[in-house]
Amino acid sequence: MRTKRVVFRSLWLPYLLIAPQIAITAIFFLWPAGQAIYQSFLRQDAFGLRTEFVGLENFARLVNDPLYLKSFTTTLVFSALVAGISMGVALLLAVMADRVLRSALFYRTLLIWPYAVAPAVAGVLWFFLFNPTIGIAAYFLARLGYEWNHYASGTDAMALIVIAAAWRQVSYNFLFFLAGLQAIPGSLTEAAAMDAAGPFKRFWTIQLPLLSPTVFFLLVVNLVYAFFDTFGIVHATTRGGPGNDTAILVFEVWRDAFEGLDLGFSAAQSVVLMAIVIALTAIQFRYIERRVEY
Amino acid sequence: MTAITLRNVSKTYPGGVEAIKGVSLDIGDGEFLVLVGPSGCGKSTLLRMIAGLETITAGEISIGERVVNNLEPAERDIAMVFQNYALYPHMSVRQNLEYGLKNRRMARDEIARRVEKAAGILGIAELLARKPRQLSGGQRQRVAMGRAIVREPAAFLFDEPLSNLDAKLRVQMRAEIRHLQRSLGTTSVYVTHDQLEAMTLADRIVVLNGGVVEQVGTPMEVYERPASLFVASFIGSPAMNLVPLQQARERAAIAGLVNGSVPSGLSTDAVLGVRPEDMTVGENGAGADAVRFAFTVTAVEAVGAESYVHGNLQGGAGDIAVRMPGYHRLEPGTVLSAVTAPEKLHFFAGASGQRVDRAGAAQ
Repeated sequence: MRTKRVVFRSLWLPYLLIAPQIAITAIFFLWPAGQAIYQSFLRQDAFGLRTEFVGLENFARLVNDPLYLKSFTTTLVFSALVAGISMGVALLLAVMADRVLRSALFYRTLLIWPYAVAPAVAGVLWFFLFNPTIGIAAYFLARLGYEWNHYASGTDAMALIVIAAAWRQVSYNFLFFLAGLQAIPGSLTEAAAMDAAGPFKRFWTIQLPLLSPTVFFLLVVNLVYAFFDTFGIVHATTRGGPGNDTAILVFEVWRDAFEGLDLGFSAAQSVVLMAIVIALTAIQFRYIERRVEY
Repeated sequence: MTAITLRNVSKTYPGGVEAIKGVSLDIGDGEFLVLVGPSGCGKSTLLRMIAGLETITAGEISIGERVVNNLEPAERDIAMVFQNYALYPHMSVRQNLEYGLKNRRMARDEIARRVEKAAGILGIAELLARKPRQLSGGQRQRVAMGRAIVREPAAFLFDEPLSNLDAKLRVQMRAEIRHLQRSLGTTSVYVTHDQLEAMTLADRIVVLNGGVVEQVGTPMEVYERPASLFVASFIGSPAMNLVPLQQARERAAIAGLVNGSVPSGLSTDAVLGVRPEDMTVGENGAGADAVRFAFTVTAVEAVGAESYVHGNLQGGAGDIAVRMPGYHRLEPGTVLSAVTAPEKLHFFAGASGQRVDRAGAAQ
């Protein structure tokens, strides 16, 4: 599609029109990012009285810090689980909703709701559901013979934040999967049905391959979400614990800066995260444009 | 031997809309049957019911010896060519052709043999490695047919397969489909809204209107003896002239309508029909019993080899079109007379629209 080109006669009007967006980007993104990079080369004492330039020392500490490396692994596990579960559940729901033509709008509305819930609220919601003493989910698990306790068990704690994070993201993924499925012409599945492909075969050999651009797009979006957008969930529920079992990278950034008061170290971590998000976005732009499927 | 039989087949949608109202058809082995009608007449629905893509509300469909009402599309031993071809976009042409055979767990060498054979017949052998998006419209159409052929099914179903092609390619593909069906001898049901396609392809035509069969017959039967006003107006291009008989008589627009040339006992709202190509301007070759139409020219359409003269019948009794060979320049307002032989006239009862034959006319 060709976009319409508008030619402004005035020289300053176009700049004036994009100025608000530039200002917001500059104040909330560029300036903090610049600050993070600047800070990552400095070391400050806990009272903020002395600051010295230390070069790449903060980064060197990162690479050698077993806690940070553990946090990296935790984040990878967490992100893979969140992306996998939220996309899997969303795809299942989308396939089912795609078959229901009537009252599809009703299902869609219900399924989209969780996305409107703020991460911290989603976290607290599941936190209560799984509370070992009063949570109904924990109660049912106990009836099934599983003693749920996310205060004591690192696995339970991880499961809790994964569920909370994935639950919220299912809505978003569902929307994209449903739109993707509905964009596949009905005659394709009909032709496959006449070609003796059952519902499962049709899904695996026709629908899923045609959905692959959507899958790829969502994979990147979900990874970005799990990496960066889940701070609220962790902060509101496990606070990185027990031990450091749920301390994902964004949480470490916050904790080292605001609890550890080690600004330089925290800034170095931010810079690493920044590099990751830039890399993911670059991949996204590069491959989304040239359509993965066919 | 694969005959397809429809017995009182009906389709009612959940909303209460009756798409098909009790259709019965006998499609012979190896026959090329064309379902034709305007959009919304139910022709595609009927085809999809035969295919198993739509449920059957009432009645019975059999393919060969089997009643297929409750069989899945894949179990009916039929292949379908879709309007948009429905090629699998992520598969190569070869994979498209193989897909249905692989799903049926056919032996690999047999699959290869059938694909090569179909590709040879359709002239797409050099395209086998390509993806559908790398093909032209005509090539996609061939691949879609190839996917049907490799199955070697008991019957082919075509759902307006040529409507996405440009006019020239459509004529070419029409001839190819015709030739292919003849040489394979596979029973075929073909849906189209194009009466020209129906006339040129069909062994027999089924004219559908509003979910009801208006007429079944060979193309010439349908053309020469349309069973109803609807068929008369639908088959033939330009359409048959239809004139309210009473009005034409009162205003003396038609001369020569003697008792012998008009069926007896026609109601007052009867309609007279005559094809533009059955009329001649002037007196050339007019027999003693010729019927004459007096009209005023309103426009002339020249299409090259022939011209169509449009006009108003005398006294405003109706519109009329007459074919004239060659090119003619006629000023609007010119008063002309066109003649036809009485046996070229068609009569329809006004209320029911049914054909009424003259006594003693060949049945």
